[in-house]
Amino acid sequence: MANRRPMSTIPHPLALVCELTHRCPLHCVYCSNPRELAARNSELDTETWTTVFHQAADLGVLQADFTGGEPLARTDIVELVRGARSAGLYVSLITSGLPLDEPRLDALIAAGLDHFQLSFQAATESIAEDISGTKTHAQKLRVLEWLKSRRVGVTLNFVLHRHNLHQMDAMLAIAESSSASRIEFANVQYYGWGFANRDLLLPSGRQLDEFMAKVKSAEERLRGKIRVEYVVPDYYAKYPKPCMGGWGRKVMLIAPDGSALPCHAASVIPGLSFENVKEQSLREIWEQSDAFQKFRGESWMHEPCKSCDRRSQDFGGCRCQALLLAGDAAATDPVCTLSPDRGKVDAILKSVPTTTISGQPEFLYRPNPA
Amino acid sequence: MAIDPNSKPRLAPGCRLGENNSQRVLLMPERALRLNGPSLEIVSRCDGTHTVAQIVHELQKLYAKAEPARVEQDVLGYLGLLSDQRALDFQ
Repeated sequence: MANRRPMSTIPHPLALVCELTHRCPLHCVYCSNPRELAARNSELDTETWTTVFHQAADLGVLQADFTGGEPLARTDIVELVRGARSAGLYVSLITSGLPLDEPRLDALIAAGLDHFQLSFQAATESIAEDISGTKTHAQKLRVLEWLKSRRVGVTLNFVLHRHNLHQMDAMLAIAESSSASRIEFANVQYYGWGFANRDLLLPSGRQLDEFMAKVKSAEERLRGKIRVEYVVPDYYAKYPKPCMGGWGRKVMLIAPDGSALPCHAASVIPGLSFENVKEQSLREIWEQSDAFQKFRGESWMHEPCKSCDRRSQDFGGCRCQALLLAGDAAATDPVCTLSPDRGKVDAILKSVPTTTISGQPEFLYRPNPA
Repeated sequence: MAIDPNSKPRLAPGCRLGENNSQRVLLMPERALRLNGPSLEIVSRCDGTHTVAQIVHELQKLYAKAEPARVEQDVLGYLGLLSDQRALDFQ
């Protein structure tokens, strides 16, 4: 630790995204997991995760986001919640609500679960089933009923795309009849499985305009009652999003096998290798590992980012998107109107059909890991 | 949203006080607010027993050097901000 870089030059992470498993009863066509899924027998055990939670708190992390796959697929989920709380972290569970009943929900809350985020694929069973390859919707509505009588933060997360954007009103109605204090309208981001299915998911510009009008009016109408947050599909944006709040700046993601990544999709970037929490401490990985240093700060930037006034706002956008669309992870995010590659994004948008095609699209469904 | 001075604010489900490296924070879904001085004094009184008027009054006593009307305005402003973030329930 003698050659550790001084802390003053490196911000400390605020959130630890814990992909507890890649196992999941759903097969969502836009799953944020990598195309290469981690097998069950490679998953970290309870004790290793608990050590990681304590190291995270020491490093300044405030929040642990339990995700997957489906985090409830872990039989030790209650112990993991207790472990993260005992380390002093705020614990969110990001779940489909599927492997859950009332006693298990009570056990999670008793263990200290702070925040329950329930994901929705649509406002109706049939569209939800087309997207997730599983019947899940009725169970989600049951979970919402159970949550009403329990004291825990509740967020509903609706993932949006061409096939469900017209259901915004029905989605809002579900949220308003629940105990949710927060709704996230998250348009699909095009990495991993979402990238593979992109041409079947991208909404039209008109759909997006309608979405923006509805989300703004909902935000206003529900102020003080439900916090409305949204993510636009960044292909339609003028400037890139500040992906992960900047590379190696706020968030650290731990994959099921213990690899530590700067973002969900970073494993697509060639030449990056990821350290594992079984071999190194979180602090060493955060402060010293090549993967976290690679695009941290501004020294890696080329033009037009290098001299751009927006570089401290959006950090050059998303490295994975730069790789996927421009073929170079160090390029300006091609969604940026200043990027020389923006034409590629415009060409993709031009091919989006303006009307919904009838019949079941030929999606590539995300399988379960071995 | 107008705040009723007789209502009793309480941290909403999913919101609680936390601490890291001796910095007090208000933890909430996907967010954390740093609490210092007056903001910590206000939030720690949002316990469902103090009315808004009582919180204003106690802060005015605590910051006796400041103009009382200004303290009231600041407290109401901060409670409004927390309410917009859905960090408070008013009972």
